[in-house]
Amino acid sequence: MQRSTADFKRRAEAALQNVSLQQAMAKAKGGFVDKRRLAVNRLPEFEQIRAEAKSIKEHTLAHLDYYLDQFERKVLESGGQVHWARTAEEACSAVLAIIGQSGKQVLKGKSMVSEEIGLNAAMERAGHTVVETDLGEYIIQLAHEPPSHIIAPAVHKTRDQITELFHAEHEKYGLTGLVTETEDIVNEARQVLRSKFLSSDVGITGANFLIAETGSTVIVTNEGNGDLTQILPRKHIVTASIEKVVPSLDDMTVLLRLLGRSATGQEMSSYTTLSTGPKRTDDQDGPEEFHVVIVDNGRSEMLGNEFHDMLRCIRCGACLNHCPVYGAIGGHAYGWVYPGPMGSVLTPLMIGLENARDLPNACTLNGRCGEVCPMSIPLPDMLRTLRFKEHERKLSDARARWALKAWGLLARRPGLYQAVTGVMSTVLGRIGRRAGRFRALPLASGWTQVRDLPAPQGATFQRLWKGRR
Amino acid sequence: MSAAREQIFTRIRRSLQRSAPLAAPPVDRLPAPESNVRPRLEKDPLACFIEKLHTAAGTVDRVNAVSDVVQATADYLDRHRLEPRLVVAEHPLIHELIWPAEWEIHAGPATGDDHIGVGAAFAGVAETGTLVMLSGADNPTTINFLPDDHIVVVSALQIVAHLEDAWRLLRDRATVMPRTVNLITGPSRTADVEQTIQLGAHGPRRLHVIVIED
Repeated sequence: MQRSTADFKRRAEAALQNVSLQQAMAKAKGGFVDKRRLAVNRLPEFEQIRAEAKSIKEHTLAHLDYYLDQFERKVLESGGQVHWARTAEEACSAVLAIIGQSGKQVLKGKSMVSEEIGLNAAMERAGHTVVETDLGEYIIQLAHEPPSHIIAPAVHKTRDQITELFHAEHEKYGLTGLVTETEDIVNEARQVLRSKFLSSDVGITGANFLIAETGSTVIVTNEGNGDLTQILPRKHIVTASIEKVVPSLDDMTVLLRLLGRSATGQEMSSYTTLSTGPKRTDDQDGPEEFHVVIVDNGRSEMLGNEFHDMLRCIRCGACLNHCPVYGAIGGHAYGWVYPGPMGSVLTPLMIGLENARDLPNACTLNGRCGEVCPMSIPLPDMLRTLRFKEHERKLSDARARWALKAWGLLARRPGLYQAVTGVMSTVLGRIGRRAGRFRALPLASGWTQVRDLPAPQGATFQRLWKGRR
Repeated sequence: MSAAREQIFTRIRRSLQRSAPLAAPPVDRLPAPESNVRPRLEKDPLACFIEKLHTAAGTVDRVNAVSDVVQATADYLDRHRLEPRLVVAEHPLIHELIWPAEWEIHAGPATGDDHIGVGAAFAGVAETGTLVMLSGADNPTTINFLPDDHIVVVSALQIVAHLEDAWRLLRDRATVMPRTVNLITGPSRTADVEQTIQLGAHGPRRLHVIVIED
């Protein structure tokens, strides 16, 4: 996928000015948060299950080679094939080789890994027609946009915008009316996509889990598009990353109890589907070929380092939903596949800190992402670690480094610190006495452009403290 | 073995500070799954199953015998004013049913022209109101997804408390995993248009479960 992470500040600013985006985000706001809270409150065992889930993932990661090997054996035993890809390019090549000759119609179920490796663009370059079948993904495919949320890809679109997109696109199918109600929008997409489901050569899905015990790949969905994608075409291809493997069906069950509740507030989503190998000889439907493309793309390097915990992520989106920065600017401003807190950690690790240096700073360190993460990933700590690294590698703003250095010099000399801050607060207090606030200050325009700075009143805290004793 | 596979495994082992493959981890979770913390059920499993299914926008009928399934289906068709044209799975549970002669019945798989599908579940899970459907010659997966109305028959004896119990039943079968295991909890839905829930996105618009209690 094309990336524009270097342009974060300008994109965030544009997002704040974007009226339709702000309307869409205002509608989404709170919905996810409330639903999650209610679902978690209804499950008294939530904290115990959370601890259990963390230990399952940690156990699996500590023996990742073993469980991946077991998974592969089981896939082969059931008649499927496994393809390994070190990089995004290798993964795309593997998929293209499986699809075969150009000119195929390829169905896609929602898959974030496929976004990460830029699969759609690769397939289109190779002459295939790609049809995204998840309603949200379909909408943004029509808009030629990437997803803006990992579970609600079109959350940034208003209903009016969807009406327009459908009107422009569906005319060629003889659907010329304007669909404005949610029910009609969904029905029109159902009608258009149904004919695609029945006429495609290849179906590609992602995987929420890979089960070592059985060699099954698992998708967790609500629409049923992922299922039609994988049972109707002749070939079913699964794209998944190495950390998706879990040992057993029972282990997956623990993670499932957290995933739906954290993502949409559902105890169980409508469809959880396990696929194991191609259709059996006496099956009347199902794919004739089953391929799993397992992607590393930098994850094996994260194993055991300071960002190891990130490999527990189950992509529920709770951290996005609870992030005030994400809520204000939406997902596109982040400039690559994964937005919000989990994206601000993952993106620099995948594309290089130097290419994404604003992302770890797009955070108020309020800590909500870490509190709601079902896998107890210390997201705020990792964002802070990335900031340290930026500082060390001189990737942060030179002025910020200079200011920190100056402040550090002062802070290590208490006498000087008190003298300087005392003088400053006295001077600023006098100048600002009448208004009680500053609307503009030299060197502080970043603050005063959007809010006033209150004028200091009276003595400094330290002086008051001494006075009391 | 591909070079990519080799290198990925080498990197993983290097990151884990191990040089050779493991025969098995010190505690291997594969042969004997650990016993999980399970959500406590507030009612008996059948009552819980029905309540949770309703929460997930499914509907339920309880009948006394397998033969009552035909009448329950007829009532359902009446309620929704549906034409009696059905694709029916040849599952042992419902294979012997005698449908009214004037109904149009064909065996699976389903096609794009089928509007009503009838299948049988391997198990029902009380914890979440979930149906466990196994693919096979007698239960084609397309029946679960292509028709607008999905009617599923399940025996009350097959209602288990938790998903782990369903996995235990599945492991007890002599055969390997079926190609597809569908855990179905309510009809198809989407919230992709302004976060408003709309039923019937790509799969069934309605899910109706008939529980046989004999």
